[in-house]
Amino acid sequence: MEIQEKVISIVSEAANVEQGNIKGETSFVEDLNLDSLDMVEMMMKMEEEFGVEIPEDKTEDLKTINDVTNYLKANVN
Amino acid sequence: METRRVAITGIGAMCGLGNDLETVWKNLLSAKSGISKIVNIDENMWPVSIGGIVRNFELSEELLDKKEAKRFDIFIHYALHSAAEAIKMAGLSDQVYKPERIGSILGTGLGGFPIMEETTKLYYEKGPRRVSPFFIPSFIPNMGAGKISMHYNFKGVNYATSSACASASHAIGAAAMEIMLGRQDAIVTGGSEAVISGLTMTGFGNMKALSKWNDRPTEASRPFDKDRNGFVMGEGAGIIVLEDLEKAKARGANIIAEVVGFGATADAYHITSPEPDGAGTVPCMQQALEHAGIKPEDIDYINAHGTSTPLGDIAETNAIKKVFGEHAYNLNVSSTKSMHGHLLGAAGGIESVICIKALQEGMVPPTANLEEADAECDLNYTAKEAVKKDLKYALNNSFGFGGTNSTTIFKKHS
Repeated sequence: MEIQEKVISIVSEAANVEQGNIKGETSFVEDLNLDSLDMVEMMMKMEEEFGVEIPEDKTEDLKTINDVTNYLKANVN
Repeated sequence: METRRVAITGIGAMCGLGNDLETVWKNLLSAKSGISKIVNIDENMWPVSIGGIVRNFELSEELLDKKEAKRFDIFIHYALHSAAEAIKMAGLSDQVYKPERIGSILGTGLGGFPIMEETTKLYYEKGPRRVSPFFIPSFIPNMGAGKISMHYNFKGVNYATSSACASASHAIGAAAMEIMLGRQDAIVTGGSEAVISGLTMTGFGNMKALSKWNDRPTEASRPFDKDRNGFVMGEGAGIIVLEDLEKAKARGANIIAEVVGFGATADAYHITSPEPDGAGTVPCMQQALEHAGIKPEDIDYINAHGTSTPLGDIAETNAIKKVFGEHAYNLNVSSTKSMHGHLLGAAGGIESVICIKALQEGMVPPTANLEEADAECDLNYTAKEAVKKDLKYALNNSFGFGGTNSTTIFKKHS
């Protein structure tokens, strides 16, 4: 749960949307209107926060909060 | 070929003298200095630590919200700020003309140099994954014009000019010609610059281009004075709104002045030194006079390039004498860089705004700090005090490294 909270906090800042309005199934592009540059910046913040490297081809599959949370759960030590 | 007349309907300015037109103008007329000691810096890394720095500036969140603001270097903030002032004065919007008939052409000499400097450091210290995806759009020179187009829905011609210290003047010239040719109805033009950083101050300092009077900031910029010893870096913006004069009249816009002539030449001489006899700048001024269809005697005021460098001020004086003959001694010359410093690529923007304001108010702003003129500088430089004078035509010179020259002539609207 802690990972999800951190993810939501980063996304909230990236999208300029209140944390309360972001759920697990929230989509970055469809719900939050992030463009490709916003996405790169946000993924870089995730990498910095969680100390992982998210390969570029992997980021394309990470479309929602749940996607990112699950990826991090699997890859963060 | 029949060309259209170019009206000026809005002006905006910011620099070390103030962040809006009226404050800048008031301070210019009282010969105030906008040059100060730059604080909170590592002086070991800044060989020169004085400049015409902008103070107490915060960009309106309507122009860029806090999050977006971080994604654009400061020259873009300044461009948006002064453009908003000029556009408001003009009453220009995408409702007034077709959006694709409203453009923006802005000059900048170095673009977002400070952000490049910071990001370079980040790249070498922390690696490529820390370089923001917004880095490139944050510094590219045309982003000032680009952000104006996005904010106001102006879909006409949109680009930047970059010709060192003549950038904004070339922008104004290019914009005026778009209107003269009937290709656009209105253009937001001029320029902005914000490159006061350790690396730029070191670069210009090592060229021996800058005054090193670090302990006498307000006296350091002294164009045409015998003790001048280099230019003082400034920053800011000068923006003007140009419109097809007949169309501006038809919509009931308030016309302040006109752009009537433009000249542009090259010295073909040296990368940074001015040609001493004005072989490039003389034909530049002559071209502008010819374009305006007026005689040298018609010019009442010259806002000189006058950077306060030992060679440049003499070369420009010589050139003015060649172009104007005896009349060179009748007209008023001044270099307002004595007060706002050298805004590099924005110099022609703010100095054009000053010419326009001078025509409008019938006041010639002074050359501050001119205590005793150099023996080779013998014109009327409007030393130290503003002069009340009815003005019809004003001329602005802007010259840049690379040996590039531009001259713009403005006429009072009557």
